[in-house]
Amino acid sequence: MGRQTPLFALHQELNARMVDFGGWDMPVQYGSQIGEHHAVRRAAGVFDVSHMCVIDLSGARVRPFLQSLLANDVARLKTPGKALYSCMLNEAGGVLDDLIAYYLGEAWFRVVVNAGTRDKDLAWIRNHAGGFSVEVRERSDLAMLAIQGPEARAKAAQLLPPPLADAALALGIFTARQLGDWFVARTGYTGEDGFEIMMPAAAAVPAWRKLNSLGVASCGLGARDTLRLEAGMNLYGNDMDEATHPYESGLAWTVALDPPGRNFIGRAALEEIVSRDSRAKLVGLLLEDRGVLRSHQKVLAPGAGEGEITSGTFSPTLERSIAFARVPAATSERVQVDIRGKLLNARLVKPPFVRNGKSLVT
Amino acid sequence: MSNVPADLKYTKSHEWVRALGDGSVEIGITDHAQHALGDLVFVEVPAAGRTLKANEPCAVVESVKAASDVYAPLAGEVTAGNERLAQEPEMVNSEPYGAGWLMRLKPAAGALSAAGLLSAADYQKLLDAEGD
Repeated sequence: MGRQTPLFALHQELNARMVDFGGWDMPVQYGSQIGEHHAVRRAAGVFDVSHMCVIDLSGARVRPFLQSLLANDVARLKTPGKALYSCMLNEAGGVLDDLIAYYLGEAWFRVVVNAGTRDKDLAWIRNHAGGFSVEVRERSDLAMLAIQGPEARAKAAQLLPPPLADAALALGIFTARQLGDWFVARTGYTGEDGFEIMMPAAAAVPAWRKLNSLGVASCGLGARDTLRLEAGMNLYGNDMDEATHPYESGLAWTVALDPPGRNFIGRAALEEIVSRDSRAKLVGLLLEDRGVLRSHQKVLAPGAGEGEITSGTFSPTLERSIAFARVPAATSERVQVDIRGKLLNARLVKPPFVRNGKSLVT
Repeated sequence: MSNVPADLKYTKSHEWVRALGDGSVEIGITDHAQHALGDLVFVEVPAAGRTLKANEPCAVVESVKAASDVYAPLAGEVTAGNERLAQEPEMVNSEPYGAGWLMRLKPAAGALSAAGLLSAADYQKLLDAEGD
């Protein structure tokens, strides 16, 4: 029996199929996984992401603390409410986790980390926070719903009283705001517009029911995975982990080596890695033959060597199989993938595969 | 509650076997199996002429989430694979006992009786024990 979110009983009532995810009993699907995927691409769906770990960091030196802790630079956050995606690295440059940091005030940042890495992350953050006199507070009192899709914001705004609803609808992309008891962020993990809303645990079930009554589909982790992969977004533990660094994980854009004086954890290792020539890279793959790409399948790159698929699935939007693969840096467009002993043809494509309901693959 | 037609035979690994009038058999996966797998997106069936041993992996059914082997319920020679599933794998979900059949087989001599197939009642008991 794993840990349960405040929505566990509702998932059961909705006949969700439950699976273990990072030690949590979570819904993988309610009915058709493909149906849930299309609901998000075409209208709106709601996900229970309460298993993710919300951490409030407070103290006068919280900004310099995060500049030391994270590979991306929170100096980029200049307007309260702005969010930043970053990796948290170990000294060797390996990825401890990926997270979102919200700048809420000079003495208050909020970070959201993955469920499966919660204990490790909290220990790491607490261990480094002491030197900056930063208080670390896990917000396990909050539930989190992700409402995603072209109709998501308009539907979710109906959960709020009018003045707050207007404020939520006015939020810019990758921006958040505390609205009454709720923390509303215009962020997500699907490649669609939408909100992620943190709210007191007791509010989660009524909010979910109201969303259902407004036509927002209940969606499980299965659809969340196909949506994020189409959207070109990494999954921690699959596409990167402590044994891989951001440059071989498609995450170079999240590493801020400027200014040179910012001495974040893992920096020295990354500088050494950058100074070397040959690197592996994480690429998108589109399967041209029939079949389904899966993680750990071998990729054969003519003249460059071998690689491995890190995440693979059937793309409901493209009706073809797509994947991320870690391959030698010299890999060119055409590769083959070993699926049960057969070599099938695939080609490299630049993620994302799908954004805002539209295929980006030609 | 899964559909378990009374006129078919079953395996513990959730395949069904239908005796056709000409001595050959038709094989597919059960309603319980397709439901457990979820939306199927790719099905690979054996080519006609392939000789199968009992319990040999002979087909692959893939849902969005995972690939699963289908095992030959009995030994024999494949007379047809359901080619329609290449374009419409979802037929296995919507009509597991009809248009979603996987293959037809000419049983090897004595293979049908040697296969130890389950009756519908016994397969239902198996599902009950699994909590379906």
